[in-house]
Amino acid sequence: MSVAVTIESVEKRFQNFPALRGVSLDIQPGELVALLGPSGSGKTTLLRVIAGLEQAERGRVLFGDIDTRDLSLRDRRIGFVFQHYALFKTMTVGENVAFGLKSRPRGERPEPVEIRRRVAELLELIQLPGLEKRYPSQLSGGQRQRVALARALAIEPRVLLLDEPFGALDAKVRKELRAWLRQLHQRTGHTTVFVTHDQEEALELADRVAILSDGRLEQVGSPDDVYDHPATPFVCEFLGDANHLPVKVVGSQAFFLDRPVLGGLTQNQGGPASLYVRPQHLRIVDDAPLALPGVVEHLRRNGPLRRAEVAVEGLPKRLDVDLASQVAPAIGERVRLRITHGSLFAAA
Amino acid sequence: MSTTVSRWREPSILPGFGLALGITLTALSLIVLIPLAALFLKAASAGPADIWAVATSPRTLAALRLSFLGALFAAAVNAVFGLILAWVLVRYEFPGRRLIDAAVDLPFALPTAVAGIALAAIYAPNGWVGGLLAPYDIKVAYTPLGVMVALIFIGLPFVVRTVQPVLEELPADIEEAAALLGASRWRTVFQVLLPPVLPALMTGFVLAFARAVGEYGSVIFIAGNVPMVSEIAPLLIVIRLEQFDYAGAAVVATLMLLLSFALILLVNLVQARARRRFGNV
Repeated sequence: MSVAVTIESVEKRFQNFPALRGVSLDIQPGELVALLGPSGSGKTTLLRVIAGLEQAERGRVLFGDIDTRDLSLRDRRIGFVFQHYALFKTMTVGENVAFGLKSRPRGERPEPVEIRRRVAELLELIQLPGLEKRYPSQLSGGQRQRVALARALAIEPRVLLLDEPFGALDAKVRKELRAWLRQLHQRTGHTTVFVTHDQEEALELADRVAILSDGRLEQVGSPDDVYDHPATPFVCEFLGDANHLPVKVVGSQAFFLDRPVLGGLTQNQGGPASLYVRPQHLRIVDDAPLALPGVVEHLRRNGPLRRAEVAVEGLPKRLDVDLASQVAPAIGERVRLRITHGSLFAAA
Repeated sequence: MSTTVSRWREPSILPGFGLALGITLTALSLIVLIPLAALFLKAASAGPADIWAVATSPRTLAALRLSFLGALFAAAVNAVFGLILAWVLVRYEFPGRRLIDAAVDLPFALPTAVAGIALAAIYAPNGWVGGLLAPYDIKVAYTPLGVMVALIFIGLPFVVRTVQPVLEELPADIEEAAALLGASRWRTVFQVLLPPVLPALMTGFVLAFARAVGEYGSVIFIAGNVPMVSEIAPLLIVIRLEQFDYAGAAVVATLMLLLSFALILLVNLVQARARRRFGNV
């Protein structure tokens, strides 16, 4: 049922604005892939190209080994969940879900009894059994989202595409649906691509994350891969908070203003470089070697963590430091910071 | 005090209800309700036997039948044609689109007599269009068919202008969703795109119908006004007035009023039901 999706150097422009500039991506059968990027990065355009709602100017999209340019929208058999669900508001939930089955050519169309059975089954699957007779306007946002998904699944799609699936929902419902979608994917095993601008969502949900910026693919990899080993400064900054230090690499050490701050480097050539350090990779230490002195200027709460803002001489921006222990330093206290992990990019 | 007031008022903290309702009732009474009440009084002054005689006279019935069936037919034609016109104006970009868009309003602006004379000239057997139809023995001007043509002409903008904004706001994604779910173009248009437009289409239908029932100026020039054949009810009223039969005129007018009111109320009730079901459409 599930197929591999191969995207080969796809290019697309709107008037003079290049939305996609040569994107290639291989998606395995049954894989759950997130297209992540800021608005305007081309992620939704890429999704729409896969669906066939936009036509690429160059490049092609393959399902298995079929070129999708040879397929009509109907024959592509794509389950698409729109950002605002696109439910048919003059039809009941049951009619919405049955729409794809009833739209099949006469020969392939299931019997009415069979359609009713399938609809009931799908509503069971999305945990909204017995709501066949309701209209979309009588449902909550999260329920509409799931009905849209059931409608997409009804046609037994080869590929499931979701555009900002949780974008219009509040934080709590979003979390619940995320976990539920993950389970559903494990159960049904559709090749699934979803678009999001929320890095947390992408990292938590996807098998692999594809990060786009300005119509280009910046990096593709498992959540651990892209988070711990970002390929570009953009990926590093987009996937979470990161402190930026301009450093100079000499041998196996990185120096900030002639002070060694990170050692044990292997793959880097010498010279000026950008060092990105996440707040949780900065630790307040007592001893001196490889440490960065600074003054605590501000303390704030960031979800479960406490965070200190530490001013370091020679840096225009304060460093964000996640505090590991419950004992917080006082404001104005002088501290030393050790970098436990960082991403180094040679300066352009 | 406050409890008696709250029975009337919408529980809103914003002031203005009393004043607005006062102005509304005054204006409505002066302009609509009192004249209509006077009409009923005048009609009643005729006495039951005369009322019955006027109301059931073959000439009155024929005129009412032509007015109402003609208006219904014209509104139905406008519903179909106006919907297509609105669709084309909303969905397609083509040279002259703005010109056509503006031309739709002309039947609003044109003095109806001018429209009637123009239509009569064109559809007369020696006119441009009438001349083309004459060899097939189809007569438009000076027949009931001519009445319909005039009523279609004046009703068109009502349908276009009520449907157009709704079509414009139809989300693009439902069309894409239908196509990806495998629906044919036919099915997409009739089951996905048109149902949300239906309430607006019905409003346009009612407006076009109401306008057509009361239309006078354009029709009398093209209808030929043959009693029992192509004489409309508004003209019959004028004829009775000219004969100083004020009560008789009032009876015909009252009949028209009651029939129109009943029809419009019926359509509004149907619409209210649809609105409750599908949420705010």
